[in-house]
Amino acid sequence: MSQTYDRGTVEDFGRWREFRAGMWAWIFHKFTGWVLVGYLFTHIAVLSTATASDPTVYTNTLQGLEELLIVRILEVGLLAVAVFHILNGVRLLFVDLGMGLENQDKSFYASLVVTAAIVVASVPTFLAGV
Amino acid sequence: MSTQIEKEKSEEAAEESEAETEAGPQERRMSEKRARTEARERRRQQREQVRETEETVTLKVFRYDPEVEGKEEPRFDEFLVPFHKGMTVLDALIYARDHYDSSLTFRHSCRQAVCGSDALFVNGQQRLGCKTQLADLDDPVRVEPLPHQDVVKDLVVDMEHFYEQMHAVEPYFQPDDLPDGELEEQRQSPENRERIKMSTRCIWCGACMSSCNIAAGDNQYLGPAAINMAYRFAMDEREGENRKEARMRIVEQEHGVWRCQTQFSCTEVCPKDIPLTEHIQELKREAVKSNLKFW
Ligand code: SF4
Ligand code: FES
Repeated sequence: MSQTYDRGTVEDFGRWREFRAGMWAWIFHKFTGWVLVGYLFTHIAVLSTATASDPTVYTNTLQGLEELLIVRILEVGLLAVAVFHILNGVRLLFVDLGMGLENQDKSFYASLVVTAAIVVASVPTFLAGV
Repeated sequence: MSTQIEKEKSEEAAEESEAETEAGPQERRMSEKRARTEARERRRQQREQVRETEETVTLKVFRYDPEVEGKEEPRFDEFLVPFHKGMTVLDALIYARDHYDSSLTFRHSCRQAVCGSDALFVNGQQRLGCKTQLADLDDPVRVEPLPHQDVVKDLVVDMEHFYEQMHAVEPYFQPDDLPDGELEEQRQSPENRERIKMSTRCIWCGACMSSCNIAAGDNQYLGPAAINMAYRFAMDEREGENRKEARMRIVEQEHGVWRCQTQFSCTEVCPKDIPLTEHIQELKREAVKSNLKFW
């Protein structure tokens, strides 16, 4: 009993293959949440600089951004992140109300599938005319 | 004669249907559980047949002993254990200890999922050694001490902190007032009993606490088992309002129920099938109800 061995934090993410549905939902929710916060700040930064002077600057900035393929792809990613965060948020709402706790894993898979469907369906719109 | 039997039968049927309507969710859980057990049983039989021909199981066991020179570095030892039908992880460990290495250290006592001393991390999940059939696991079987707890030796972890958290919620019956007569009983309604039934089954094994990575990050978090204990007494109507309020104050504190982020990890691993997340959520709602009064 003289000493104890602390295995450190390596074990947590080193074990990602053994995570269950609820754990993945939690990780994705955190991740998408941070991405949305990050987006919000860039969004405000870009818009506030673009709208500072006359309207042509705004139009030019946005057109310039929309011309880039990478921006279009990032937009699809943003949609995916937002849709998942919303759907999982609804799932968590039900969990907080104590409804359907036995089906929490199924509702997580459902939100993943719906997110994927919406994102795939949106790709033509986002990538049109690049 | 025949009429009597008829009558009995119909009575029985009436009773059955009554029980069904009364305990809806419980019944559903039970039947789901039965289906699960049957499926598992079938799979096990298949695997047992396979194993019977292979006849050995490879155990990979975490070893660590700070007191012996040359063993301070954690490592994995392999044991080849002869398999027999119905063998559990604990049986295999006992075999390995008795036949190969008497210094292999682990806790166990009842061997029937009652004492809660042999929660281990087996093939990536917290499980009770004595309740886990080897036939259910893939070979090799990796056995480690519970994660997020300090290892004392081999598979033995330091449970002190877990017990402290359990005691923090005062897990014993403290009624506001006692009945008058000396031999008077304190009765509980069947409905109330039904409500707390699952929460009374905790065996203090610590599997839930170990699976929760909120508890891992926040050492002061009460943890699923302790909150479940608080639920067990807070929801017990025999204790009275004052006591319940005091209990709610304990779970409402900063490192109480609000730390739970509904990962469901604890509910997945609990060997006694306690719906831990459900109980934590119920206490959260209870806390909101008692603190927010718009009327
Ligand atoms: S709640 Fe379940 S997992 Fe947690 S200590 Fe009790 S029996 Fe073990
Ligand atoms: S030995 Fe008692 S619970 Fe496993």
